[in-house]
Amino acid sequence: MNSDFALVVPEILMAAGAMLLLMVGAYGGEERQRNLITWASAGLMALVAAIVATRGGAEATAFGGAFVDDGFARFTKVLILTSSALMLVIGKEYLERRGILRFEYPILIVLATLGMMMMVSSGGLIALYMGLELQSLSLYVVAAFNRDSARSTEAGLKYFVLGALSSGMLLYGASLVYGYSGSTSFSAIAEVIADDGVSLGLTFGLVFICAGLAFKISAVPFHMWTPDVYEGAPTPVTAFFATAPKVAAGALFARALYDGFGNAVADWQQILVFISIASMFLGSIAAIGQSNLKRLLAYSSIGHMGFALVGLAAGTQAGAESLLTYLVIYVIMNIGTFAFILSMERDGKPVVQISDLAGLAETRPAQALALGVLMFSLAGIPPMVGFFAKFFVFKAAVDAGLAPLAVAGAVASVIGAYYYLNIVRVMYLSQAERPLEIRTNLIGQGALGLSALVMAAGWLPIFDGFGLPEMAAAAAQSLLR
Amino acid sequence: MEHGGAALIAGVGLEAYLAVAAILFVTGIFGIFLNRKNVIVILMSIELMLLAVNINFVAFSAHLGDLVGQVFTLFVLTVAAAEAAIGLAILVCFFRNRGTIDVEDMNMMKG
Repeated sequence: MNSDFALVVPEILMAAGAMLLLMVGAYGGEERQRNLITWASAGLMALVAAIVATRGGAEATAFGGAFVDDGFARFTKVLILTSSALMLVIGKEYLERRGILRFEYPILIVLATLGMMMMVSSGGLIALYMGLELQSLSLYVVAAFNRDSARSTEAGLKYFVLGALSSGMLLYGASLVYGYSGSTSFSAIAEVIADDGVSLGLTFGLVFICAGLAFKISAVPFHMWTPDVYEGAPTPVTAFFATAPKVAAGALFARALYDGFGNAVADWQQILVFISIASMFLGSIAAIGQSNLKRLLAYSSIGHMGFALVGLAAGTQAGAESLLTYLVIYVIMNIGTFAFILSMERDGKPVVQISDLAGLAETRPAQALALGVLMFSLAGIPPMVGFFAKFFVFKAAVDAGLAPLAVAGAVASVIGAYYYLNIVRVMYLSQAERPLEIRTNLIGQGALGLSALVMAAGWLPIFDGFGLPEMAAAAAQSLLR
Repeated sequence: MEHGGAALIAGVGLEAYLAVAAILFVTGIFGIFLNRKNVIVILMSIELMLLAVNINFVAFSAHLGDLVGQVFTLFVLTVAAAEAAIGLAILVCFFRNRGTIDVEDMNMMKG
């Protein structure tokens, strides 16, 4: 029992820290405390990330197998925690200047992150559901966080309704899987499938669970909420949505499919092939007509999740490895891009139209160059790191005998390159009537510059991807046992 | 463990419970998509879906003679309460801004 608690120390720290900060905020007078609470929350997440990163050891389970601590969970937890902490710090100034930084915001982010940690460590359907709901319920609230804005509350309401619908579908699937396998733990489900094969009830349950999880990572056909929520939510919240929750949902998808249904690859492969092709093409085509940068990035995230799912669809160890690599690179690109969007202003008001970028290359050459690099990387053009992300998922798919899927992905990424390069065109070739103002703050510009540097030079022989392929391989190996 | 299906009411098989749950679940989904009037109805539909799932869990639990399903049900009930609270809170904020809770009026963002 004691060893059970020793295993969940990072989660306990997060939960206790969130409670403590909530008390500080509730009793300490909000005005003075919210800065302290924001920094303390970011510090807490960084501390927990450090604890998780330094923990080694073989796979261990706690609480009767409900909680799993393995290399895969640790890898994704470090990614989730660092990106949450970074997004909290980068977005802080924006919220402060708009007067919407309340002390609940960082605490909700901490609770959402705790939910994500539970998700990637779940060893069964109950832990999966509880983690997912802790994350989702916190995210519904932060989406509507600018409560005096009609757009923000509308975004929150849409996210809530569709999110609750998808949770319902996931649960219905979970109930069928429980009924037809007799257990809620992934390892027991996997044993039943190995012994008796996949019964009709299990197939139905699997389909419903996939539908629920596809919603959470905003894959087609469950993507309808994404553009509206990205556009309506305050920009720091959008930035957060585009990073950590995507990693957690992608990792949870891998966890449920590999751990629970690893013996039934043929059954879920078709589902994943379909949703990844649909996501890649919708993300590429629907983004072309967008004029709002946040909306464009929403479609971009739909497309990118499609690419990430190509790796998962392969159903092999190389597939899981490429999924993890893709998620890391995707998160780094998004941190830089959103750090830039957060700094866009005109007359002291935030602007998010693509046309606002016109002439940026003349007024702010350094920022324009950095954003240009990130756009090339998002489009997947070599030698940017974004190209290698796509290369690995396609390679995994080809090796698993899914060459048509890889070809479809390559075609979609060519179509998608149009709108990323269009942003570069607007920055470098269009003339602005009035130049865009960039609100320079050290953290935001640092994040932008650093992520652009990493994307431009990360795969040069001297850096060699910063050891990312090796770490992702080790994590993927622990997932497959 | 050994009494298995006996925990269900005599004469009513597992299929009957699953059928009721499936009907309730589908009713909930249609309530969300076909309802063009009021967001409160959507909240009720969500609740209906979760309750359908609970019937499933309890029926399977009794059928299998395994308690985990009932434990899951308790978790689902708790989360459903939290979910309803958060949904209503967001709805109140939305109403303050727009003065309406009609589904048709959730249309500020499109494309």
